[in-house]
Amino acid sequence: MRPRTKLIAIVVTMAVLLGLNQVVEYGFGEFQVNPYYARIINLVGINITLAVSLNLINGLAGQFSIGHAGFMAVGGYAATYLTVYHGQELAGLAGTTLATGLGASVAMAFSLLVGACAAAAAGLAVGIPSLRLKGDYLAIVTLGFSEIIRVVILNIPAVGGATGFTDAIPITNFFWIFAMAILAIVVVRNIASSTFGRALAAIRGDEIAAEAMGVRTTRYKVLAFVISAAFAGVAGGLSGQLFANPLNPQNLNFVKSIEVIVMIVLGGIGSTTGAVFGATALTILPEALRPVDRQFPGLRMVIYALVLILLMIFRPQGVFGRRELGWQWLRVRRSR
Amino acid sequence: MQTFLQQTINGLSLGAIYALIALGYTMVYGVLRLINFAHGDVYMLGAFAGYFLANALQLDANPSILWAIVVTIGAMAICAVIGILIERLAYRPVRHHSRLTSLITAIGVSLLLEYGGQVVFGATPRFFPQMIRSRTFVLGGVQITNQSLLIILLAVAVMFGLHFIVHRTKIGKAMRATSYNLAVAKLMGINTDRVIAFTFALGSALAAAGGVMVALSIPRIDPLMGLMTGLKAFVAAVLGGIGNIPGAMLGGMLIGLMETALSATAYSTYRDAVAFGVLILILLFRPAGILGTSGTDKV
Repeated sequence: MRPRTKLIAIVVTMAVLLGLNQVVEYGFGEFQVNPYYARIINLVGINITLAVSLNLINGLAGQFSIGHAGFMAVGGYAATYLTVYHGQELAGLAGTTLATGLGASVAMAFSLLVGACAAAAAGLAVGIPSLRLKGDYLAIVTLGFSEIIRVVILNIPAVGGATGFTDAIPITNFFWIFAMAILAIVVVRNIASSTFGRALAAIRGDEIAAEAMGVRTTRYKVLAFVISAAFAGVAGGLSGQLFANPLNPQNLNFVKSIEVIVMIVLGGIGSTTGAVFGATALTILPEALRPVDRQFPGLRMVIYALVLILLMIFRPQGVFGRRELGWQWLRVRRSR
Repeated sequence: MQTFLQQTINGLSLGAIYALIALGYTMVYGVLRLINFAHGDVYMLGAFAGYFLANALQLDANPSILWAIVVTIGAMAICAVIGILIERLAYRPVRHHSRLTSLITAIGVSLLLEYGGQVVFGATPRFFPQMIRSRTFVLGGVQITNQSLLIILLAVAVMFGLHFIVHRTKIGKAMRATSYNLAVAKLMGINTDRVIAFTFALGSALAAAGGVMVALSIPRIDPLMGLMTGLKAFVAAVLGGIGNIPGAMLGGMLIGLMETALSATAYSTYRDAVAFGVLILILLFRPAGILGTSGTDKV
């Protein structure tokens, strides 16, 4: 894409998102979006960010991490902490308060940045030592790290401890959620088609062979891990500051990481389109199953588990496999 | 000194629980190179099988050691069958796929048992009937209950029994051959499917025995009881050197001792983190575990 087309694309996307934001948050004239549906739409966006970023490490680099919830927790708590304790000062930088749209946006931008940096730092700290390990061991170490992170958060009273971070100020909106989801998609897709992406593909294919061919495997793996963690942190920051959706260590456990894994496995490990599809389907499906879940608590997770097992047996490559759905379809036709 | 000895005893009885479960993990991993995530949940099913058997026999009203043994053996048999079914229905169809596929399947089976358990048994904890009258022995000021003593003795006996099976019997030899190279073992006329099924049956039976024993000393059972215990037992297996039978015992005991030691200090809330902290350290400095041997990867 030429710089000018790129700029136009960014401006148009922002404008469309702002317009949709207006509709989803405040309604359009007489038309009001049902708050319950608005909430589901927002959760879809957050889960897309989570799934697409996890796909970078689990799909593209072929390293199996089950600690995504841990990074989500680090980023989410850092971001929410910043808004709760310094939000007014940040809004003050723009000469306004948190209650206004501008003030909230300034605070949101800073808090997401801090959340991403905190999660990236955690990703670096976890990635450097553990990416020397492979396969099952890496999985269990990432799981271990995320459990440790959870236990540490449980013991910090300033962020609510076991009751969750209920002091959070609800400043997340549709615009920020989907801007971040689109950013994650663009970043991961660009990585996939760059030198970096080819290095990751080589590592996925055969790590020892890749190293023998001169690919700096550890460096690329750690980089992928850090980027993936940063986006998980952003998703955490968005989720923690969503209306009446406080962060809680109980919800950011091993099961949350598994949910994200099921999303990318359903869509097809390694496919960004698949991750988006999986995140959307598996956010809406449980809501549709809510009446069932009320009658038989736990049945929702039983269905998750069955989907996972049956997929592995009958279609281990997921719905999309490694294929992508994109502009190439149109472009090929136009060039003919 | 007395407190120290008492804490050591407590640590050993906790460690014996981890060791019992870790032995099952290590066996399956040794043969199939598969982390059987569902193992902790088979332990939970064992406790529930014991619960229903004991209630059917009304052992709460008239405790007897003989019937307790019958209940334990019954739970072991039930879980052995469940173990074989899990292997046959979930793991065997994906065995020829990548190891990642197997790992995800194992996670799926684990979730299925946990939440399926919640649907079938309900999420509220149940109280396990007292099949054996609780007694406390005092030895030089140190207390130990008969249940804890039973668990420690059982864990040690199981360790020696497994070591004997793996190294001195024909099926053990077949297990070692399958572990070394599945394809070649098959070519040598070993029925590898049967060996793997046997491994699962044995591991699941041990988990069931563990479940019943633990339920005797901590009589609160719920469908998620296997989650954390299973993970920690897995850590114990890795710590000792996965695939290594005495290693699982050693790892389990070490984790039990460390958790108990931490519980006695001001940092008791970090108790659940200690196992994972140890796991990370061991994988960084000695990935093969304390008693394990490391191999070289080739392209």
